[in-house]
Amino acid sequence: MALPPLDSPQWNSPWLAFGWGLRSITQTILTIVLFVTYLGIGALAHDTHFSLVWALASTLFVWAGPAQIILITTLGSGATIIQSAIAVTVSAIRLFPMVVSVLPLMRTPTTKRRELVFAAHLTAVTLWVECHRFLPLVPRERRIAFVHGLGCGLVSVCLVANTVGYFLAANLTQTLGAAILLLTPLSFLFSTARNSREVADVVALVLGILLYPLAAKMSSGVDILISGVVAGTIAYGVHWWREVRA
Amino acid sequence: MSFAQAIGDWHALAVLFVAGVIPNQIWRMLGLWFGGGIDEGSELLVWVRAVATAILAGVIAQIVVEPPGALASVPDTLRYGAVGAGLVVFLLTRRSIFAGVVTGEVFMLAGKWWLG
Repeated sequence: MALPPLDSPQWNSPWLAFGWGLRSITQTILTIVLFVTYLGIGALAHDTHFSLVWALASTLFVWAGPAQIILITTLGSGATIIQSAIAVTVSAIRLFPMVVSVLPLMRTPTTKRRELVFAAHLTAVTLWVECHRFLPLVPRERRIAFVHGLGCGLVSVCLVANTVGYFLAANLTQTLGAAILLLTPLSFLFSTARNSREVADVVALVLGILLYPLAAKMSSGVDILISGVVAGTIAYGVHWWREVRA
Repeated sequence: MSFAQAIGDWHALAVLFVAGVIPNQIWRMLGLWFGGGIDEGSELLVWVRAVATAILAGVIAQIVVEPPGALASVPDTLRYGAVGAGLVVFLLTRRSIFAGVVTGEVFMLAGKWWLG
């Protein structure tokens, strides 16, 4: 499927643009990565004793895989609401620069802020990557509708994946259930590694993995925050040191 | 599954909003409100991104080191081996997420089968 040319009548209504956005989910490998990730999140929610509606609501209203996994694993391992909220909010800070950089792509001189609220909600790493790829091919005045279509398509895929994962975890043998749960760390590790373009990102990823088991020995309840801030700050130090030398 | 089971308890849904939805959503809405004036390459954002990546890395480690549910039935060495094998293939295939995930899964399933 190729998107119609910019001057095509296929772009004449916002609904048509929404439809093109919806269909664009078939044009990216990231849809499969998301499906697999959310299959794992559904299974994780089941095995940490959350309800199916809880899992679906987290996908609808949080719509950020890392935050959902952090929420499920921290609450599941006995953290308090405050501890979970802090870990979630720190993981979500990266959404801020994403929203800042993606919204100007769809804004026109007459766009009102409230017209961008839903697009801001849909912004997460996958949509952010795909917006940079697709939006130059979409007429500017139809881009918000296109993003709504693309985002709704991706959310729907993930809701289906959650449901399938949840029931698979409930009904599969222990080995296959373990295989579904293993999807989450694998898909997150590799998609984060793939997005790591700068040295600081790679250092943060590697040190974050290595320091967690050490931090966990302290059993402070905020182990993940401690290892994250330490590893992230060291990674930033490496970035700073390279900048200074350059 | 009954309707009541599917919904679960309301307390857990309330926790979802307080601990999950609000702390997450606040950054998107701040981005929407204050988007204009922030430099994407600023030093503060570089640090924030590094900490966010490291926290996610910690979560990945937590699931593998202290596995939930059915994953706990897989021996430690097999879980670490599966992630390691997936990582090697991911790097060899010029960062193919798909190849890495499939390798990790096959490694774990084959190991389980071989161990009996």
